[in-house]
Amino acid sequence: MTLAQTGAPAPMAPSTLGHYLLVSALLLVIGLIGFVTRRNLIIMFLCTELMFQAAGLAAVAFGRYHLNLTGQTLVIFILTVAAAEAAMALALVVLLFRRKESLNAEEWQDLKG
Amino acid sequence: MLNLIQDTIVHTQPESLGAAVEKAGHAHGQTDWSVAAIVALPLLACVLTGLCAALRVKSKLPAWITVASLAGAFALTLKTFAAHFMGAESHPFVVHVFDWVTFSWAADAHAQGPQTNELAANFAFYLDSLSALWMLFVTGLATLIALYASEYMSHDQGAGYCRFFAAFSLFVFSMACLVMADNLLLLYLGWEGVGLCSYLLIGYFYKKPSAVAAAKKAFIINRIGDLFLAMGVMLIFVQFGTVEYSVLFEKARPYIELARAGQFSQIPFLVKLIPCLLMGGAFGKSAQLPLYVWLPDAMEGPTPVSALIHAATMVTAGVFLIARTYPLFLLSEIALPVVAWVGALTALLSATIGMAQFDIKRIMAYSTVSQLGYMFCGLAVLSPSGGVFHVVTHAFFKALLFLCCGAVMHGFAGQLDLRKLSGVMKVPGWRIVGFGMLIGCLNLAGFPLTAGYFSKDMILAEAFVTPGTAVIGWILLITAGLTAYYTFRVFFRVFVGPVAYELGDEHHGADHGHDDGHGHGDAHGHAQAKGHADAHGHGGTHHEPHAPGWAINTVLATLAVLSLAATGLYFVGGDHGAVAGLVDQSSAGFHSPLAHHGAAEGAPAHEAGHAVVSYVPEFVHARAHGGEVHAGTIFGADPHKAMYFISAGVGAVGIFVAFWLHLAGRKSAATSRADALLPALGPIPGWAQGKWYVDEFYDFLVRKPLWVLSHIFYLIDSYLVDGLVDFIGAAPRAAGKVIRPSQSGELHGYALGMAGGLVILIVIVALVAT
Repeated sequence: MTLAQTGAPAPMAPSTLGHYLLVSALLLVIGLIGFVTRRNLIIMFLCTELMFQAAGLAAVAFGRYHLNLTGQTLVIFILTVAAAEAAMALALVVLLFRRKESLNAEEWQDLKG
Repeated sequence: MLNLIQDTIVHTQPESLGAAVEKAGHAHGQTDWSVAAIVALPLLACVLTGLCAALRVKSKLPAWITVASLAGAFALTLKTFAAHFMGAESHPFVVHVFDWVTFSWAADAHAQGPQTNELAANFAFYLDSLSALWMLFVTGLATLIALYASEYMSHDQGAGYCRFFAAFSLFVFSMACLVMADNLLLLYLGWEGVGLCSYLLIGYFYKKPSAVAAAKKAFIINRIGDLFLAMGVMLIFVQFGTVEYSVLFEKARPYIELARAGQFSQIPFLVKLIPCLLMGGAFGKSAQLPLYVWLPDAMEGPTPVSALIHAATMVTAGVFLIARTYPLFLLSEIALPVVAWVGALTALLSATIGMAQFDIKRIMAYSTVSQLGYMFCGLAVLSPSGGVFHVVTHAFFKALLFLCCGAVMHGFAGQLDLRKLSGVMKVPGWRIVGFGMLIGCLNLAGFPLTAGYFSKDMILAEAFVTPGTAVIGWILLITAGLTAYYTFRVFFRVFVGPVAYELGDEHHGADHGHDDGHGHGDAHGHAQAKGHADAHGHGGTHHEPHAPGWAINTVLATLAVLSLAATGLYFVGGDHGAVAGLVDQSSAGFHSPLAHHGAAEGAPAHEAGHAVVSYVPEFVHARAHGGEVHAGTIFGADPHKAMYFISAGVGAVGIFVAFWLHLAGRKSAATSRADALLPALGPIPGWAQGKWYVDEFYDFLVRKPLWVLSHIFYLIDSYLVDGLVDFIGAAPRAAGKVIRPSQSGELHGYALGMAGGLVILIVIVALVAT
């Protein structure tokens, strides 16, 4: 079932989609650079969330562009999972902090296999 | 007119075998337990002595158990013999004890050769005059020698004593299986059993490296022979579809008919191969060229073992095998000539070695090898009765000789060097040993009117009678002279002459026995005695030779009497004595041509050297058709009559030479007139003393190449095989070493890696898309 069949708005212009995707790509690159350059566990976690949302944004944009609800549905799931995952990740960060009294990711190098 | 092949058939075939089968059928319902007990008693003794070992019996109980069991077996053998084989006519019979190996399979319709789909080898005994005769002297001698050993081994009372008698009894059991077996499979069981016991008993003094090496040598060399025997038995089964003697001889009859007609070319090659394989087994067990080297080394075992196993009984198993399967040996025109040549060359070679040895037990060992060669020649020159008669006489006098040497060894603390013993007979208490030795030596030297003289003459004369074997006869005649010389060399050096001796280093007191011998000789010092009176002054009683006790003396006296009495066997019962009569009624029944060759007397001598390898077909053919045998002659006379004088003369010369060189004018134990003669002979005595370097030759021929090969294999194993295995282990480790640094634990490194991977993926996708 598509939006077109239910009498929803007209499709998005390709140039508009390009803008959305550009923002999405920017978010991803910012997240990636942040993840690679920063040592603070919380910041790194925030960066992963940024990349997450970049993917979500792209999905929503494509869904709207194709008038397909699947993209929107996917984002709802992503948000749910992200919320749960954020809770767990922050809990882990707290535990890690308690161990070493530091948020520096390099403190945990000895976890290598 | 009977001819000899018919004789063979008559004696192994129609009525007698029919009777055998009938009796076997009869025996199924009612086994003759007295025959089974002949085999069971030694086994029982073995078990009981084993129990003694388990219960740590320290007395002479194991010896008495063994002697009693063996005496029982001997009595039963005597009873069986008297009941069935004393008369002029005897029939073989089978005693079935239990089914042993029986299985069958689906017959193959396309198979070549005889159709058979069943292998049956029962634990059953085939008793004919041959096996009964063999069992008589096996059990009889075993009883006497066990009695001797009860005293001889007394220094080892305890675990060793039990072990000795257990192996001894097991040997008699195995030998009984070998001799009385009703089929070749049971014979093979006995054959391997005696080999095992021989190994166990040679290695009895297992703390002595030389004894262990000798035991291994005997076992390994015997394996070579046993392989041939096994192949022979298999080939017999393939060709005839049975391993049971009675059926086998029946099935072989068509081939025997062919041989009788002189059509040897029509006998299949594989059938002719059978005797050649069997002969290999016989040569291994009976220590003939080229496998004789184990027997002299086997003297490392206790002397009773040397006497029973390595002189009187086990080593004659090869002779027994050939006698038992004699009809098969007539099927090949080369089998018997090969046996004859091997026997003759072995006899000569080992006699020459025996002449140059100094260890009296070794001399007797080489003499055994030499006399076994005689027995093979006896079989091979178509005189199985002569060969078997020599087995019997030799069993008695050689056991006697060994036991005398053993008594000397026992009393003189292991001294066996004839240069360190002299005048033993004159030492108080040694008279019986001395006389026993004299009787044994006279027999071995073939002194006129001794048993050894008659048995040796039968073989010698027959070698000259049978066309084409005159060369064999001459070799044997030379050997007879050498035998007389080396035999009396021992007697004149050791037993007579000035009393002088030096004890060996195996003092066996209550506290230490043979097992720890060889280590303390120097501590005791050597008692060098230049005369009996001096000997008393040289240290304590420990350094005195101790004279043999009642058990040894009784056995020696009995054996001496039996050795002399064996002469009587030549004069009772038939043309060539009781033994010949018995042999003629067995599977080896091949009438000595003398019985029939009256017509041939005075016939021109057969050209010696003419086609030596083919005398069998010619002779068999000739005798099958009217007895046109050109019997050989010696100096134009009938060999049987001439040989009485010729061999007596040769023996006398040998004895006289030994007397002149080793007794006349001898002043000390160490030197004799012979020493002055040695330089004139150049390097030859040294070579003979070095046993013609046969051991070294085998070492070079077999051991060295194997040694090199094994080292090559070792290198291949340690570098190629191990290398591969190591490589398989090392390769992942090396790979891990290379990529291990990437697993740094740095989160950012991983992230960069992932980002890089992502970029690469995108680039690829982009490239593919465009």
